[in-house]
Amino acid sequence: MIIDDWLETNSFHHSEFWDLKKLVADKEKQNLKISLCIPTLNEEKTIGKEIVIFKSELMTRYPLIDEIAVVDSGSKDKTLEIAESFGADTYFSGDILKDEGFKRGKGENLWKAIHQLTGDIIVYVDADITNIHPRFVTGLVAPLIYQPETKYVKAFYDRPLAFSQGIRPSGGGRVTEILTRPLFSLFFPELTALMQPLSGEYAVRREVLHEIAFPIGYGVEISHLIDVYTKWGLYAFAQTDLDKRVHRNQATRDLGKMAFGILQAFLNRTEQLDMIEVKSEVSKILRQFQVNGTQIEQNEITIVEEERPPMITVDAYREKFGL
Amino acid sequence: MMAETPAPSFYEEERVRFLLDRFREAGLDHISNDEVNNGIGFLPGPEGAPTVAVAAHLDTIFDSSVSHALSLEANRVKGVGIGDNSLGAAVLASLPHILEALDIQLNMNVLFLGVTRSLGRGNLGGIRFLLDNAQQKIDQAICLEGAPFGRLNFTSLAMMRGEIRVEVPDEYDFSRFGVNGAIVHLNDVMNRMLEIPRPSRPQTSVVFGSLLGGTTFHELARTANLRFEVRSEDDDVVDMIEERIGLIIEEVAARSGVDLFFDKISYRRQGGIGFEHPLVQTCRGVMKDLNIEPKIGPSMSELAAFIAHDIPAVTLGLTKGHKVNTFEEEVEIDPIFDGVAQVIGVLLKLSEQSGELK
Repeated sequence: MIIDDWLETNSFHHSEFWDLKKLVADKEKQNLKISLCIPTLNEEKTIGKEIVIFKSELMTRYPLIDEIAVVDSGSKDKTLEIAESFGADTYFSGDILKDEGFKRGKGENLWKAIHQLTGDIIVYVDADITNIHPRFVTGLVAPLIYQPETKYVKAFYDRPLAFSQGIRPSGGGRVTEILTRPLFSLFFPELTALMQPLSGEYAVRREVLHEIAFPIGYGVEISHLIDVYTKWGLYAFAQTDLDKRVHRNQATRDLGKMAFGILQAFLNRTEQLDMIEVKSEVSKILRQFQVNGTQIEQNEITIVEEERPPMITVDAYREKFGL
Repeated sequence: MMAETPAPSFYEEERVRFLLDRFREAGLDHISNDEVNNGIGFLPGPEGAPTVAVAAHLDTIFDSSVSHALSLEANRVKGVGIGDNSLGAAVLASLPHILEALDIQLNMNVLFLGVTRSLGRGNLGGIRFLLDNAQQKIDQAICLEGAPFGRLNFTSLAMMRGEIRVEVPDEYDFSRFGVNGAIVHLNDVMNRMLEIPRPSRPQTSVVFGSLLGGTTFHELARTANLRFEVRSEDDDVVDMIEERIGLIIEEVAARSGVDLFFDKISYRRQGGIGFEHPLVQTCRGVMKDLNIEPKIGPSMSELAAFIAHDIPAVTLGLTKGHKVNTFEEEVEIDPIFDGVAQVIGVLLKLSEQSGELK
């Protein structure tokens, strides 16, 4: 029962890492450098607080993080101005690795961050969290500091809609429970042990990040999981319960787009791994419908899951890091 | 983080824990919480030195079910309770660290007090308990409030807050008393309260702060509830008005046949130190150096409890606040730097005068 064993040894609750003094001491002993990356697109409402909390608690009070960077896809609001005023390093994704061009998408920002940031560990935290707290970083970084064999730590959260007994549902979101977990159950049963495979908060070692490809859109998380799993196995992962995460709720229609992107990325990966064979070209157009009066209207949305190659294959990166 | 931890009066435990953790990290002595959960930390000075208390109430008027998430703009922090008094509590938690970072050694003891049960029905319960049972003599005190900027209080008005509830009994005989619901009877009480003479000297006011009654358009209200405050520069005037309100309630109840209840929620006695008191002059001097315009007026905060125990005390405001005690509450960030600097400045000046504080 590998899943049971893994859950026993590699699933944590953030409160297990309350001793930040010890965490910082262990980090310093290993001479690790930790970078925090916050990918953004129009996040002026929440970005300021994230920067203030992380900077004051995890740089000034406890020197756990060495740099905080906001990597932006081209916000039209004051995201970058606010982030900079509170002391974050700010970058427009298009200005990083200019020779590689610019693609619009969260995965692009995450990929570019590998080149721009200098940490041995990079922590990614989404910018839309209204109940931000240092645990969003400490809970993810701690397993990497305390367990050298751990390479990739995912967050999961309580989503207590209502429960009266001691048992809670696994806490995945709608796309996780309807799409991702069934797919994993079919093809990668061990990955079902990850409570929230699509969560946007994770901490990863550089030597893993630069070895894996990055879809630039919705498929980035599922691709990571499959790639890391096939290269290093389930024990490369850990997961930490970060309690509640309060963020914008997405409309079902938007989740449809997300599911479409994830499914594309999943098909790509399983085909590359010779697990399935897709015999014809699949469509990149998601069709959604709405009723307007008596008319049924069709929306055609083109979603192409483009992919960035492993960063280690980029010359400028190898040069910068002497690889 | 302090502000995002809910702390309605009587339920401040989590906030106290957070405060005590900060005190522990700063290496304060005698870190503890007492029977009413006040959070306490002690920064010792030289042996035999006087003791200055720095106090902030930890409770807010907002229930735990209200979202306490803050949002941050370039120069504003928005969120419930931020001005009253999460900012004061946060500065209290940070002061020991700031003193340490600035390498400030004070020639006196500082007692840091995060007090509970201050607001509403709390009726300054935390600070009153602490002062009634304190083992450590307190020579002077500084109370911290988030807003307004430049606030300088050193007197306390006499005050009484009360709640009047009207209930129409199930068996009420409308044919005998007329078709009037609870709201009409409460209105009668309010009109009579306004007829009570209020002298212009000593300055006296009656404020109707909250009114609730009934459930819908077409049903006679079965209950109605008024929250009010009487304040005056003279204790006797407040006592007189309270007595008159009691009589009005008895009369309306007797004539209408409805049930009227009066609940005295909180009270303060008039008092304070003079404008010429060295503590006030010290504060004014520091504020002048920082170009802070003092806003002098009476206070209903912890100051009243210190004054009642003959401890010279002031209340200082830390920044500009807006829409305080509403769901849209916000404070400005830039003035906080000067707001904190004034507290440090006052502590430094008091330290210089430590021989005269006792």
